[in-house]
Amino acid sequence: MSILKGKKVVIIGDRDGIPGPAIEECVKTAGGEAVFSATECFV
Amino acid sequence: MDLENQKRVKEFAEQYGPENVVVILGAAEGEAAGLAAETVTAGDPTFAGPLTGVQLGLSVYHICEDEIKAEVDPDVYDEQISMMEMVLDVDDIKSEMTSIREQYCKY
Amino acid sequence: MNSVIKGASYVLVHTPDMVVENGSTQTTERIVNPESDYLKQLPKHIRSYEQALGYLPNQTYIGNCTPDELAKVEQPWYDKPCEGKRFGKFGEIMPQEEFYLLMQVCDVFDLMYLEKSFVAAVKPTFEKHPLITPEIVARVHEGVEQEQIEAFVKEEHAEPILHGGKLVGYVKRAHDVDVNLSAHVILENLVSKASSVLSLLHVVHNTGIDKGDVDYVIDCCEEACGDMNQRGGGNFAKAAAEIAGLTGASGCDVRGFCAGPSHAMITAASLVKAGTYRNVIVTAGGCTAKLGMNGKDHVKKDMPVLEDMVGGFSVLVSQNDGISPEINNGICGRHAVGTGSSPQAVISSLVLEPLQKAGLKITDIDRYAVEMQNPDITKPAGAGDVPLANYKMIAALAVKNGDLERAGLNAFVQEHGMAGWAPTQGHIPSGVPYIGFCCEDILAGRVKKAMIIGKGSLFLGRMTNLFDGVSFIIQENSHESEEGGVSEGQVKSLIAKAMRDFALSLGAAGTEESR
Repeated sequence: MSILKGKKVVIIGDRDGIPGPAIEECVKTAGGEAVFSATECFV
Repeated sequence: MDLENQKRVKEFAEQYGPENVVVILGAAEGEAAGLAAETVTAGDPTFAGPLTGVQLGLSVYHICEDEIKAEVDPDVYDEQISMMEMVLDVDDIKSEMTSIREQYCKY
Repeated sequence: MNSVIKGASYVLVHTPDMVVENGSTQTTERIVNPESDYLKQLPKHIRSYEQALGYLPNQTYIGNCTPDELAKVEQPWYDKPCEGKRFGKFGEIMPQEEFYLLMQVCDVFDLMYLEKSFVAAVKPTFEKHPLITPEIVARVHEGVEQEQIEAFVKEEHAEPILHGGKLVGYVKRAHDVDVNLSAHVILENLVSKASSVLSLLHVVHNTGIDKGDVDYVIDCCEEACGDMNQRGGGNFAKAAAEIAGLTGASGCDVRGFCAGPSHAMITAASLVKAGTYRNVIVTAGGCTAKLGMNGKDHVKKDMPVLEDMVGGFSVLVSQNDGISPEINNGICGRHAVGTGSSPQAVISSLVLEPLQKAGLKITDIDRYAVEMQNPDITKPAGAGDVPLANYKMIAALAVKNGDLERAGLNAFVQEHGMAGWAPTQGHIPSGVPYIGFCCEDILAGRVKKAMIIGKGSLFLGRMTNLFDGVSFIIQENSHESEEGGVSEGQVKSLIAKAMRDFALSLGAAGTEESR
């Protein structure tokens, strides 16, 4: 069963890992709806 | 996890129903990924944010996990993520995420 | 002709009480969870001044240990005390009590008050500081009674100033209604200004420039000063230059989150190269909000809270003197609006694109200075080893681009990278901590070209989701001068040319004769 398709996707990216907008690009291609995208910063 | 982000996660779970929400993380390390995953499933382990004591049990993955990678257009994944697979300790991230999901994920 | 870097300064201030009082992690915790275990445990994890001095990354920051020497010591570093010196070739580590006096000196609106006996106890040491001038000492006030301090903290929303847990002063609000002039903001701004002033005093000392010869100062910290009608109105630069005695200088503030210093360096290099100004100082003070930012993780792991240092730095950019390392304005990387935010797009725009344009390979740069955050601080907090991750990204990019064999990835990181030593003060670790060592490495011939990379998280300001970053190259001097005099390099090249001309004329004569 698909994880992302048709789901409301909340994205918590990381400045020193994968930032939110990069994850958002991926999620869109999997049929998920990105309802929120943030990028956290620990430094 | 940032307090404002916790608040938003909680709101989305209420608005759309927790079964319809998936959280995707981009954390730089296994431990940080695990803490964020714990926050949106079992509640904020640092007792600081709106998710303290709130067991949402949301479905949560890291973008570098195989299950998610398999669903993403390979060209887009290559362009957006692939280089970081060489940089991050993906195995550590996978094992932390799996452990949290097995313990707390409800959906 | 390219501008040059005449020298740099790096300062730290040990601020143990400010960690507890002013760090945003702690102030937030006091609001949401005032009885928390963390707040109870925290004081046991605060370092003494001596412990902060004997911490190798701090000694590296002020120049008493090189990045290569630091890298040879196995991590973690906090449990391996070293010899702690207050002064280093780049600057110093100032103790909190002297810094409070410097903050009061920097307050020109009668907003900060210290207790009488505290001032009397600290002033004699403060006066003896080799770079603190009589003009600065003259700005120290005698101090006020303890009752006044208590009253303002209790009744007037003043921010308490603590030393060793004891109330020794306050910063009062500058306006009853305007939040931009609240006691909290004024205190943050005074800390930033005072640490910038200290850096300025050191860079003047390190370079030997006459204070009157500084034309322009660019501040690149991450604070904002202004009132409700112009919240970020600014000019920390000129405010700090005034206290430091740079009477001939004007200035402005350049902002860009952690990328601010690199933006400011490129601006300074361009201003000097264009001939607009002869001597420009890029400067920044530190940040109280980030003190103890990852304190919860440090306490949880039973470590000292390592984010107890306010940082500052200054760099003097001047006209080409034929000797000092040059900033090459021709090779600047920039993350553009359309670049995208994937890590590979970001690092390509900052590293690969500018080098390709200049016909260089990634491996042609001897040293990269990325975000030099100290991994002792970030690793226990789950943020990883930030410089190492950056170096791996550059190496991965070099592999993708065919500049490097995949098997050479780790060796590249070792040879072209460094271990991080800077405190997590946002803009402070961002590329610039290496500039001081870089000048030495270049002058000693160990490095020919280095790239300084600054990255900034613009999205934290909620005005754009964009990332940001710029990069520039520091290289060996091309031995051309525009200061009037003729440099040694120029003399050599002139002699060589004369010899060649002579040889040519002899050859030509010979050819004539043989005809």
